Amino acid sequence: MAGNNESVSKTLLVAFLVCVVCGVVVATAAVSLRPVQNENKLLDKRKNILQAAGMYDAGKGVNEQFELIERKFVDIDSGDYVEMPESYDQRKAAKDPKQSERLSGDVDTASIKSQAKVAEVYLAKDENGDLSRIILPVHGYGLWSTLYGFLALEPDANTVAGLGFYEHAETPGLGGEVDNPKWKALWHGKKLYGDQGEVEIQVIKGTVESNTPNAEHKVDGLAGATLTSQGVSNLLRFWVGENGFRPYLQRMQQEDSVIDVSNTVESSDQPEGDA
Amino acid sequence: MAEKTKDILLGPIFDNNPIALQILGICSALAVTSNLSTTVTMCIALTAVTAFSNLFVSTIRNSIPSSIRIIVQMTIIASLVIVVDQFLKAYAYSISKQLSVFVGLIITNCIVMGRAEAFAMKNPPLPSFLDGIGNGLGYSVILLGLGFTRELLGAGSLFGHQILPKVSDGGWYMTNGMMLLPPSAFFLIGLFIWAIRAWKPAQVEADDFKMKPNTRVSDAF
Repeated sequence: MAGNNESVSKTLLVAFLVCVVCGVVVATAAVSLRPVQNENKLLDKRKNILQAAGMYDAGKGVNEQFELIERKFVDIDSGDYVEMPESYDQRKAAKDPKQSERLSGDVDTASIKSQAKVAEVYLAKDENGDLSRIILPVHGYGLWSTLYGFLALEPDANTVAGLGFYEHAETPGLGGEVDNPKWKALWHGKKLYGDQGEVEIQVIKGTVESNTPNAEHKVDGLAGATLTSQGVSNLLRFWVGENGFRPYLQRMQQEDSVIDVSNTVESSDQPEGDA
Repeated sequence: MAEKTKDILLGPIFDNNPIALQILGICSALAVTSNLSTTVTMCIALTAVTAFSNLFVSTIRNSIPSSIRIIVQMTIIASLVIVVDQFLKAYAYSISKQLSVFVGLIITNCIVMGRAEAFAMKNPPLPSFLDGIGNGLGYSVILLGLGFTRELLGAGSLFGHQILPKVSDGGWYMTNGMMLLPPSAFFLIGLFIWAIRAWKPAQVEADDFKMKPNTRVSDAF
């Protein structure tokens, strides 16, 4: 029997049968589990969006909470809404030369190399159907990795409601502190643009005190993570800047001033510049 | 027979531990142990893969031509790993995202290949299956120890629940950042091996060479 085992035909037969059986097993697992996987992926993304927007409630189902959020597509250059298929994936599009634009070094402050022409935005509504949050996907390079996250804005398209990253590989305990809830809370109430509409938001080195000039535009840097903090600062400035969502946000600001005259967000409970 | 079954199943936990004695599977032991939830998932995944690959390899061991035996084992192991990975993606998505490539790297984990080649090729299916589970448990014991120590000292939490209040959250515990970095696992594995060998001196390896006593009688100077 042993001698028979070593013959060429037996070797080929065994190799073939092992491949067929393994192939069938793998294919069955992959195909039968795909619907559950896709659902989980979507759920995960939605959870990230809700968390960034500060709307996540662990007690309620993610999809249930997401009913108040509408997904729209925005043309980066013009800031207009465009129609896209439901399956559009901005992260994939950014890698596809047909759907993206290469950025030259001087523009590309977030070090992302190429940018999708059409971006996703999420509009959250409150119970009355009024706009309550504008949620924008942002990404850029930190120290070791590209950070992917969502920036949530108040309806005035200027005040930050929240910032959260759902994917990065920064050093735990140092750059990884971008996930620290205390640091994330510092973003709440900060203003993106100055009086002339220029991009003012930035992460500074050290702590923002109440007497720091322009404290409403500044956020504390992370101790021991200067480069990651700088990366977060750069990527935000890029995405709210001229090559990012600026045209879109300007439109939203105009619309907001027309529709919502009494902007109560300005006098929110957040004191200027918290330590 | 009962005694032998017990040996096969429980032997690898301390007497013949794959990490501490055979020094296999160190790579993933460094990579996935910075928090306990990924550690537990990895332990279950590796135990399942080792057990079933041993079972299947052993089942067809008499038909495998020796010229292609390694590649046949690899094919079986790789298929099982993909199946496990698919299951994790479907039912534990966030954990599978954290484990990322390390589930796929179970394929190259020396424990799985080592047991398939050393045990399953020579033994019937049932003992092979138990041997796989036993080695998975041996791997798990070390990993859980590492995960427990690293997460507790590095982040002050266990399974993500805060146990020691951190200074950055207003508590008293200053986290040890090194514990979250892979090198700390090296130190801890070293300490584990030391502890096990102090307890079971039979595992201490013989010296490669013996130093001769000093032959000079007088002082050098």
